[in-house]
Amino acid sequence: MDCSLLEPTLYTVKGMAILDNDGNRILAKYYDDNIFPTIKEQKSFEKNLFNRTHRANAEIIMLDGITCLYKSNVDLFFYVMGSSHENELLLMSVLQCMYDSISQILRKNVEKRVVLDNLDVVMLALDEICDNGIILEADSGAVVQRVALRTDDIPIGEQTVAQVFQSAKEQLKWSLLK
Amino acid sequence: MAFKRDKKEEEDGGNPYQNLEKTSVLQEARTFNDTPVNPRKCTHILSKILYMINQGEQLGTAEATETFFAMTKLFQSRDIILRRMVYLGIKELSGIAEDVIIVTSSLTKDMTGKEDTYRAAAIRALCSITDVSMLQTIERYMKQAIVDKNPGISSAALVSCLHLCKNTSATDIVKRSLNEIQEALNSDNVMVQYHALGLLFHLRKSDRLAVTKLVAKLTKSNMKSPFAVCMLIRMACKLLEEETIPRSESALFEFVESCIRHKSETVVYEAAHAIVHLSGTGARHLAPAVSVLQLFCSSAKPTLRFAAVRTLNKVAMEHPTTVTACNLDLENLISDSNRSVATLAITTLLKTGAEASIDRLMKQIATFVNEISDEFKIVVVQAIRALCSKFPRKHTVLMNFLSGMLREEGGLEYKASIADTIIAIIEENPEAKETGLAHLCEFIEDCEHTSLTVRILHLLGKEGPRTKQPSRYIRFIYNRVILEGAVVRAAAVGAMAKYAANCSMLHDSIKVLLKRCCLDVDDEVRDRATFYSQLLSSNNSQLITDYLSHPMHVSLPVLEKTCQDYVINPTKERINLNELPADTVIKNVGISQEPIKKHTVDNVKPVEASVKNVDGQKLSALLDLNVGNLFCSSDSSMLTEAETEYVVRCTKHIFNQHLVLQFEITNTLDDQILENISIALDISEGFQFINEFTCPSIKYQETGNVYVCLKFPDDSVDTIASFTAKMKFIVKDCDPITGEVQDDGYQEDYRLEDVEMTLKDQMLQVKLGNWDTLWEEAKGVCFEVQETFALPLTDGGLSDTINQIISFLGMAAANNTDNVHPPNKSSHIVNLAGMMRGNCKVLAQAKLALSDNVVNIQLTVRSMDERVAELVVSTLD
Repeated sequence: MDCSLLEPTLYTVKGMAILDNDGNRILAKYYDDNIFPTIKEQKSFEKNLFNRTHRANAEIIMLDGITCLYKSNVDLFFYVMGSSHENELLLMSVLQCMYDSISQILRKNVEKRVVLDNLDVVMLALDEICDNGIILEADSGAVVQRVALRTDDIPIGEQTVAQVFQSAKEQLKWSLLK
Repeated sequence: MAFKRDKKEEEDGGNPYQNLEKTSVLQEARTFNDTPVNPRKCTHILSKILYMINQGEQLGTAEATETFFAMTKLFQSRDIILRRMVYLGIKELSGIAEDVIIVTSSLTKDMTGKEDTYRAAAIRALCSITDVSMLQTIERYMKQAIVDKNPGISSAALVSCLHLCKNTSATDIVKRSLNEIQEALNSDNVMVQYHALGLLFHLRKSDRLAVTKLVAKLTKSNMKSPFAVCMLIRMACKLLEEETIPRSESALFEFVESCIRHKSETVVYEAAHAIVHLSGTGARHLAPAVSVLQLFCSSAKPTLRFAAVRTLNKVAMEHPTTVTACNLDLENLISDSNRSVATLAITTLLKTGAEASIDRLMKQIATFVNEISDEFKIVVVQAIRALCSKFPRKHTVLMNFLSGMLREEGGLEYKASIADTIIAIIEENPEAKETGLAHLCEFIEDCEHTSLTVRILHLLGKEGPRTKQPSRYIRFIYNRVILEGAVVRAAAVGAMAKYAANCSMLHDSIKVLLKRCCLDVDDEVRDRATFYSQLLSSNNSQLITDYLSHPMHVSLPVLEKTCQDYVINPTKERINLNELPADTVIKNVGISQEPIKKHTVDNVKPVEASVKNVDGQKLSALLDLNVGNLFCSSDSSMLTEAETEYVVRCTKHIFNQHLVLQFEITNTLDDQILENISIALDISEGFQFINEFTCPSIKYQETGNVYVCLKFPDDSVDTIASFTAKMKFIVKDCDPITGEVQDDGYQEDYRLEDVEMTLKDQMLQVKLGNWDTLWEEAKGVCFEVQETFALPLTDGGLSDTINQIISFLGMAAANNTDNVHPPNKSSHIVNLAGMMRGNCKVLAQAKLALSDNVVNIQLTVRSMDERVAELVVSTLD
């Protein structure tokens, strides 16, 4: 039974995925080449996973020897995957962080359309949460701060004076160069 | 503007990324070259590229390289999001594109620059394109980054270092930063602490002493990060597994136990999980872990409940009584909305619960068994299997449930595990046999797995004729002949013939059925049918017994190899089946928690052993001895310690009257050559020395063989002996480098451990299905010897004693009589069968009875040779 005693390692996350309400991949990342070496296997696993999870909102499932934690909202499904021996609560905190930070980035509009409109920032957020299988940050506040919301998305009234000044200077410079 | 965009989105289904075309997207990437850079547009294009790759689009090397170089132009822009997207792009393309190191200087600039939002991500991007040679140039910056006051940067540097450690030569460079990593370990930030600990452990993990020190130091300090504490618990457990001192005195165990009172649930669960999974944790140490898991069972979070039940299920496997206290909480989980939690709760309850609750629990499972995945269904099946051996009286309920599961959809592994369970129940519990067979019959009516059908048909042939109403199975078997493929048809024909041989009333009707099969289109089916009908028509009871009722037990791997040899070299004389070694069995492992795994392991061993027999068979030819055919060969045993200058192993090859001892000698000294090696044996009385084959010379790391041939004493009782052995040889020194040998050697003697001759060496295990009949037949004809012994009781109870007896005698238990059910039974009867050298059959029956820490054994042995029977009895003495 030694195998189930966890090897001390930082590589805890096997994969993360965001699927839409038809089970199609919006974004997915797998960090262990041994489990799903090809895109085809990944996608068939996602389909299988979606079929088992889209009805029951039960938060956790074991599938093909992988522990999957999931959470859904409107038309989105968020998944975090780890080895079947991994501490489930650890994976849960990753899922929670992923959901919370995306929710903050999208200003609580966690929907497929909004995710696609802000795909760049969502990608950056996932990159900040997990780096090649290592949990990089599990605090959603820190993640949001690091992906740095786009300044021109903030209405001009909320920008700092320095920011306005900076963007005006840039525009002027380029117009002169032309 | 916004209105326009909305309208456009409505047209393409709201997904601006739908139907992306690789070539057009890559075409768009040319925009990257425009000055000034339009951050918004470029970010969008970059998102499209990354999205496309994420969806599984493959880029060719040329495409990737072109895109990569276009991307480097974007470093001109100072837009934060765009720059970060470029980093992502670099990481994504670094595996495909060529010459990615071109961006090193740009990334190094970002990494050391003033803009904090760039730095962490730049470090991670840089490390994904760095190789060992370049690592040295950025090493200085990495060291600074590790101790940076910004936690994000420090974490990024530590994590990147760990990724780089996948390359061993990079590990050495990373090791030079050990001081900085140590400093990061004291950081106030929880993630930095966690990453530093992970990296530090990775660098030190081969150095046990360093890890011990690290763990000892950290367990005393109070780590802030819950993740780091989890990591520390795992490190402590790794050390604990190797520790020899008792758990109650271990400081490490005390630490793990103290973590159960940690304020973070993650840590509490990690500690409880660790205690449960540590090998050899007693019930006393489990108690605190079980009580926190019990608390988790009533948590509002499904994950916590899942984790808790899963771990409790594991505890219940070995310590069911410890979990009994949680039964009430587990009952509440049966109706949990998460089916995995419910399944685990029920299987745990099945392990801990009483006989009375089984019916109710089985009904509960039946309501949702279709909703759970195959993995969990197998867990349920295994729980049922354990239950059947625990409560044999409940077999009807359990069997019904299993047959219900058999009818549902499922993969081969799942179906096989159910069939295995039913077969195991049939073998263990005679009362369940008829119902079990009936369920299996029904199953093969509609089974898509050929291998399972064949197995079940074989079982029906073996067990069916001995039931009260054999005729009812014929219909099921004959249906296979009509409906299935050739492999199944052949198996069905074989099974039918067995009924004809064993039940006289069915004899004629089956002959008619077999006649019909003689016209089958498949060769194998036709051959079998013809063979069996001829056999049955002959009315020669001896032939029928030999070929049908109790077919001979020839070792199949040996037969296969002999046939292969014959095909390659047909000039050899005919294969004589009587000369092949009998089918031997390795002890049948009882029904335990991992039956499937163990069975496969068992299947492998005899194959290797028997194939070695064939090699042994060439021995007599090799040594030019006239000793007949090889009877068996023992496993080789060591006559020296493993780490000595000369390693000697001994294999005993047994012939009808002779014994050949093979000594394999390995020279482990690089400055010596051994010459003229012989073995001096001090043989005991009765044995007769026939011949010796010495070995001329053995060089460094070479292995040579010395053979000694002896003749067994006429009286079998004298064959149990032990010979002192000495290796005699001439040592010549040689130069380890040039291999030049000095001419003058000197004689040396090397004392070996004694060579033991036991009964086991001369006995083959024979697995008999019809032990009882043979035992009765032997009563009048054979010699019988009876003796009573007493053995001290060991921890394993009767089954331990039985294993001891079997290993002493080298015989096999018939009809699984070596399984004691229930394990705490106070008396048991084991039926044994074996074949002694000289093809002398031996049957034995051991009656065991338990009384006050002593097992009383009455052993009765029947054999054609009186001295052999006495020998068997005396072995146990």
